[in-house]
Amino acid sequence: MPLPAETDASTPKHLRDKYAIVGVGETTYTRGSGKTTRALGTWAVRNAIQDAGLKPSDIDGMLSYQSGDSTFGPFIAGDVGIRLNFYMDVFGGGSSTEALIGIAIGVIEAGMCKAVVIFRAMNGYSQVRIGGTGARSVAPVAGDMLHARAYGWQSAGQMFSFTFLRHMYDYGTTPEQVAAVRVAHSHHASNNPKAYYKKRLTVEDVTGSRIICKPLHLLDCCVETDNATAIIVTRAERARDGRHHPVLVRSIAGRVCKPRSDMHYQHGPISRVAGYYARDILWPNAGVGPEDIDVTGSYDAFTFTTMLQLEDYGFCKKGEGGHYVSDGTIRLGGRRPNNTSGGHLCEGYTHGMNMVIENVRQLRHDVDDSCPVGPDGKRKHTYDYGEGGCRQVKSCELSANLGWANPGTGSAMVMRRG
Amino acid sequence: MSIKAEYLGMPLVIDDLDGENLAYFEHCAQHNFHLQQCTSCSLLRYPPATACPWCMGAESKWVPVEGKGEVHSYTEVHHAIQPAFKAHTPYLVLLVDLDTQKGKPTEHEALRVVGNFATPGGTLAPRDAVKTVGIGTRVRMVFADVAPGLSLPHWTIDQTATQPAKPWRYPQE
Repeated sequence: MPLPAETDASTPKHLRDKYAIVGVGETTYTRGSGKTTRALGTWAVRNAIQDAGLKPSDIDGMLSYQSGDSTFGPFIAGDVGIRLNFYMDVFGGGSSTEALIGIAIGVIEAGMCKAVVIFRAMNGYSQVRIGGTGARSVAPVAGDMLHARAYGWQSAGQMFSFTFLRHMYDYGTTPEQVAAVRVAHSHHASNNPKAYYKKRLTVEDVTGSRIICKPLHLLDCCVETDNATAIIVTRAERARDGRHHPVLVRSIAGRVCKPRSDMHYQHGPISRVAGYYARDILWPNAGVGPEDIDVTGSYDAFTFTTMLQLEDYGFCKKGEGGHYVSDGTIRLGGRRPNNTSGGHLCEGYTHGMNMVIENVRQLRHDVDDSCPVGPDGKRKHTYDYGEGGCRQVKSCELSANLGWANPGTGSAMVMRRG
Repeated sequence: MSIKAEYLGMPLVIDDLDGENLAYFEHCAQHNFHLQQCTSCSLLRYPPATACPWCMGAESKWVPVEGKGEVHSYTEVHHAIQPAFKAHTPYLVLLVDLDTQKGKPTEHEALRVVGNFATPGGTLAPRDAVKTVGIGTRVRMVFADVAPGLSLPHWTIDQTATQPAKPWRYPQE
């Protein structure tokens, strides 16, 4: 597909297509890993290095993100024999992935190192529960949390629900429309041998599951899992010698915020999310628009987060998100499938990493489904999306990842097949 | 002076350095809701903050604000995360647009004050009452006394106000 000229001087796109993701890796998605986050992180980093066909000595930069629930980079670098020229461990959850890829590009561009591995290692089920139960639910309440947790308003689902519910009020969005996100992702997961939940679900399964906090049913919420994930970023010219077809980074928006993102419910309309602002960075820098994208990775901490972001990044008109996610567009075989791995709702919870990893594999045209592997080591995709079948998107050239921290903060990235 | 208290099984702590929250909750303890008003641009802000989000003004004064408003959004919690809330499910967390300063400084702005739906006495509302509240319900502020210098603002139905014929509720009851 011809993309806009590289000489367009109207946008700050001087790093467009200059950097690549050359390796991706993960551990098994489990509940009860029986391993430390150090062990999980080490295995994910090792898998990504092997996937890239690199040696530990080819990597000299490391970035990770966490919330006091993981192992710092130097321990993992030490365990796999990487000597670091740069590392940083940042505080963060959802929407960190895309932002850290941008930071990795900046660090390499500044001459600080030559290849960066980004990892996220977490026992999100067996140690620090992502849903906020366990130790986090009885922690002392102080500072700004006196205006939130003291009201039994603490978990991500509870905190985001003002936005979710108000979208239903403002636009007439229905529970059934939003449930279609879970249905689509469950179908995708049924073709992903790695997914934690592989069972195909119906709209009735979702709307019939118990209410957690309105408007969220149990099956509107993602799964909590234990896992680590890793991504390797380097210059595009180094990617050409890699094991896989290069996947190039075209544009990134990193942790873009609404006004008062610390109290996102203060600034209206509260049914608007950070993508409303991030899209003005993402699309001009990419030189493409939503209509050009073949596959999306819209963060699915909840069914609603997928819908709200697709809407505010411009994949449909404001208020039509419910229709967009329920008309078949986001399913495999549809115009623009979303989270073909099953995402956070079904594959496993990673704070965004697995959605980027999946789109890298999509753009390589080498998604790890159950299709037969040919003599060249590549899968022969059938494009039969029946249960247990293929999940490769045909002629996949451009992807968009839309990362979510909360209604007030998000990141995004456009990648292309090199 | 710092405050350490317990409310619904939760340790609530206000550090002695946290002057904004000490002042905010002290006014609540007197059942007299106050917010900070910027001395430069005169706009109110919520929750307590260390500068003015509208003009970066550093100085502010505490002024009384009427605790009345309308439900802008809510969540009805059936699966509590915090242990002591489990006995109270389903409970409502309300996001209330105060009448004061609504639509200022832009049409999308309001002072949106979070609180539980409570009885006039300030305890979490009983289960049956939850279904009577939705987007548009007119509410007034009540207080739950926690400790000297610390009461939490909550919301109860404003019996003196004209209520919408049918407040908007999530379609599945």
